Amino acid sequence: MAEYKWPEAGKRALIGKRTNRVDGPAKVSGSAKYTYDVKRPGMLYGKILRCPHAHARIVSIDTSEAEKLLGVKAVRIIQGPGTEIQWAGDEVVGVAAVEETIAEDALRKIKVQYEKLPHLVHEEELEKVGDRAKPAAEQVSGDPDSAFKEAGVVVEGYYGLPVITHCALEAHGCVAEWEDEQNLTVWPSTQGVARVAGQFAETLGLPAGNVRALMQYVGGGFGAKFSPDRWGVETARLAKQAGKPVKLMLERAPELMVAGARPSAFARIKVAATKDGTFTAWQSESWGTGGIGGGGSPPIPYVWNPPHQRKRHTAIAANIGSARAWRAPNHPQACFLTMCAIEDLAAALKMDPLEFCLKNIALTGERSEIYRQELIQCAELMDWKKKWHPRGDPSVGPIKRGLGLAIHTWGGRAHDSECRATIHPDGSVEVSLCTQDLGTGTRTVVAIVAAETFGLPVDAIKLNVGDTRLPPSGGSGGSTTVGGVSSSTRRAAQNALEQLFAKVAPDLGVAPEQLEAAGGTIRVKGNPSKNLTWKQAAAKLGVTPIHATGKNPGPGNLNSSGVGGVQMADVSVDVETGVVKINKMAAVQDCGLIIDPKLAESQVYGAMIMGICYSLFEEKVMDRATGRMLNPNMEFYKLAGMADIGELVVQMVTGPEHDSRGVIGLGEPPVISPGPAIGNAVANAIGVRVPTLPLTPERVLAALEKGGVA
Amino acid sequence: MDAFEYASPTTKEQAVALLAGEWGSTELLAGGTDLLSLMKDYLVTPKRVVNIKSVQELKGLRYTAGSGLRLGALVTIAELVEHPQARKEYPALIQAAEGIASPQIRSLGTVGGDLCQRPRCWYFRNGFGLLAKDEQGGSLVADGDNRYHAILGNSGPAYFVNPSSLAPALIALGAKVQLFGPGGARELSLDRFFVIPKTEQDREYALKPNEILLEVLVPPATKVRSATYEVRQKEALDWPLVAAAVALNLDGNKIRTARVVLGHVAPIPWKAPEAEKVLAGKTVTEDLAAEAGQAAVSQASPLSRNAYKVQLARVAVKRAVLQAAQGGV
Repeated sequence: MAEYKWPEAGKRALIGKRTNRVDGPAKVSGSAKYTYDVKRPGMLYGKILRCPHAHARIVSIDTSEAEKLLGVKAVRIIQGPGTEIQWAGDEVVGVAAVEETIAEDALRKIKVQYEKLPHLVHEEELEKVGDRAKPAAEQVSGDPDSAFKEAGVVVEGYYGLPVITHCALEAHGCVAEWEDEQNLTVWPSTQGVARVAGQFAETLGLPAGNVRALMQYVGGGFGAKFSPDRWGVETARLAKQAGKPVKLMLERAPELMVAGARPSAFARIKVAATKDGTFTAWQSESWGTGGIGGGGSPPIPYVWNPPHQRKRHTAIAANIGSARAWRAPNHPQACFLTMCAIEDLAAALKMDPLEFCLKNIALTGERSEIYRQELIQCAELMDWKKKWHPRGDPSVGPIKRGLGLAIHTWGGRAHDSECRATIHPDGSVEVSLCTQDLGTGTRTVVAIVAAETFGLPVDAIKLNVGDTRLPPSGGSGGSTTVGGVSSSTRRAAQNALEQLFAKVAPDLGVAPEQLEAAGGTIRVKGNPSKNLTWKQAAAKLGVTPIHATGKNPGPGNLNSSGVGGVQMADVSVDVETGVVKINKMAAVQDCGLIIDPKLAESQVYGAMIMGICYSLFEEKVMDRATGRMLNPNMEFYKLAGMADIGELVVQMVTGPEHDSRGVIGLGEPPVISPGPAIGNAVANAIGVRVPTLPLTPERVLAALEKGGVA
Repeated sequence: MDAFEYASPTTKEQAVALLAGEWGSTELLAGGTDLLSLMKDYLVTPKRVVNIKSVQELKGLRYTAGSGLRLGALVTIAELVEHPQARKEYPALIQAAEGIASPQIRSLGTVGGDLCQRPRCWYFRNGFGLLAKDEQGGSLVADGDNRYHAILGNSGPAYFVNPSSLAPALIALGAKVQLFGPGGARELSLDRFFVIPKTEQDREYALKPNEILLEVLVPPATKVRSATYEVRQKEALDWPLVAAAVALNLDGNKIRTARVVLGHVAPIPWKAPEAEKVLAGKTVTEDLAAEAGQAAVSQASPLSRNAYKVQLARVAVKRAVLQAAQGGV
């Protein structure tokens, strides 16, 4: 039985080296095919008629005119008369037609009568939401009343972040094709190929094995693409009714209206410290919405755990598209609310927030020493000590500069995964598992781990993913993928190698345990000249390939969970216009053993850019009167462009103590801190808190009217 | 989108003969950067689309010291931006053109299209109509999310802002437009080209439904210093929140006359005579520029969510004046 572990630092040929992503050329050249690119023979195009009202009851539906339109092959009522619709854009009728434009024209011939019902789409003012508020019980720890009474400094503030969307480059959708009455193939755009097939089967009443899901590439998900969704299931039903394959991809407007929202979070927060800057107490009244279901409660105070706390959260049922997990669910909200309050407390104490954090670092618990090191490292990258100034940049002219910081955490425990490694007698190697590469580099990580284990170059590994006929692997959410697939691949490859060693050991005249795979050879440990080339060794298999599987969880400590990170931002604010520019951001991040530093850094860069987007620009703007989203497009749902990003610096924390933790997920944690790091930098620059994101000119100028340097 | 007839005339006479006498049943296609999205969103549903890209006389950019700049309606934004004499003589115009969206839009979009594009008002673009009225006839904008709407000329029923990037600069530079219809050509000062619609059926410009825009004529500006300053939150692919174009006719350091035009603040490009009066006869200083900015917004009456745009307009005028005085670059 092999001993399952990662190779020692000095013995790694590929792990920890900067490998380019293996699918880069396919993506750049356009040969990578996404669900959007799938075109099946005779394929129809599906479209969905959506409810224009935020809250309504369907009275009647007349589809007769649409059915008569030339080229329309199937019309299906998704939600019939009597149904209560809870958000604008919800699905009412599906149509499949030979052309997209015909399907769209058909939708406009469907007559639906609605009875409009009262709606709520704005939740920022808690006192105006009425019975839509669902308060949870108050939680108290320690003795907050005494702590606030005895405190040297108490600061009260109001902070918040609006509902935003996921805004993946590729919209939701799928292609569905029936092989016969009982067997379905789907090409979904999903974060969980293995899981989504089962969900299709369950909803359609098919045996689990009768649905095959295929997906090679996906244009982003960020937490919004786990379910087949009602539109996916309807695609399959339209395909069955029409007797032809159907493709239905959401247009950008419904993508932004209904296909995922990050819950908002607003809070009135009171924090206290002793005169010398010891953080003692927290009190918060928080609220937010994630749609009609209310939405999650942000874990506040976040990372920091002062001894005396009182908090209460109220979920608000609003008539907006429902919430979905958004990259590090609840953490960006919690981090913003907490780190802004802490920065305001430090400002009231006239303390550098870096000093405040270092002084109170024990309140971050078991990870405090890592946080301490990361804070110091990040401060060096930013030249913090030299550049930081107390609140309000005193320099003349309208441009004010400031620094801000935040810290964050995430779990990232590996998901279940099964991998099959195959060594063919011709020496070729296949690694097969039904995982998916969200653009994070999963393919590359699997190939590196297999190549490292076999002592082969990365391009010697043929990789099979994205097909439910392969061994199952978990969905890509919660930053669980890299730990899962790297561990199952390592075990599968070690198991395969063990069989190969057994086969060739007699030829090399040693016991199998004395063999190792390195440099394209199978060789005797300590005597590398005694070897067979990989090809010679494989040839000993005769005609029978080796198939070996590896699973996660499994033996050996290949992964764990729990990471931390620190981010700092340097911004300029034009106090005459309220425009905020990012000069520089730095991220210091740990995530255990890093398989490919280049890809790891790439994850952090992407997360910081996403963080800049939600800090400065993103907001799902809802219209009070009509209940409709006003910016369901890329024109007014604003995202950063290249020129808006500034200089980004990423430093991954590595070393033996991190390697020994094994592989831990990284996709989510670095998107948590940008909001408060940027928000705090703006407060530091202009001398007054801009309480809510995004930091638009409107909000910055409104804050400056109340105080600050202007 | 609904099926439509597609016509591709080669002369201006053919083009206007293909246009209907009322708005809506025919639409002109030039760069298409606005029309296609309007059609895909069913905001316009023409029975006939008249492609004017083959009408040669609508093309061409010409500059002479004597008569100034002639911009055919089909001149692309990219052609304008790259024209060396236009760059030298009309900084306000070039700065405005450079602010337009993206290289792709600048390559396809035309000068005529920039002047005739429809408002970006999110109520209009979401299908609530040009004047965005609710079922009772009240304005969705006045009581709604009007953060990007008008702060001037907004007594109703229109609250959107004119989206043209070039118009404020062109008006500040004294441009005229040549229009052509069944009765022949007519000339109009560009500031009279834009109108505030009163009904859903109106358009935002003085073209008749069967007229086309032929060309824009910008007088020589050898003695004029000009600049455009746009306040924009994002660097690219975004509309300015407010823009100001300033043209200063200088006598040494002294301003003989000034023209100040604001963009994105009113349903039409907004001339600011109050600011022009402040500037006339004075020497440019930071204080004077600020005073002009203040004067430019003296008549502003913000809606519920857009008071910040008053401040942005004030600053845009101030900065455009200072930028123009420094030579416009």
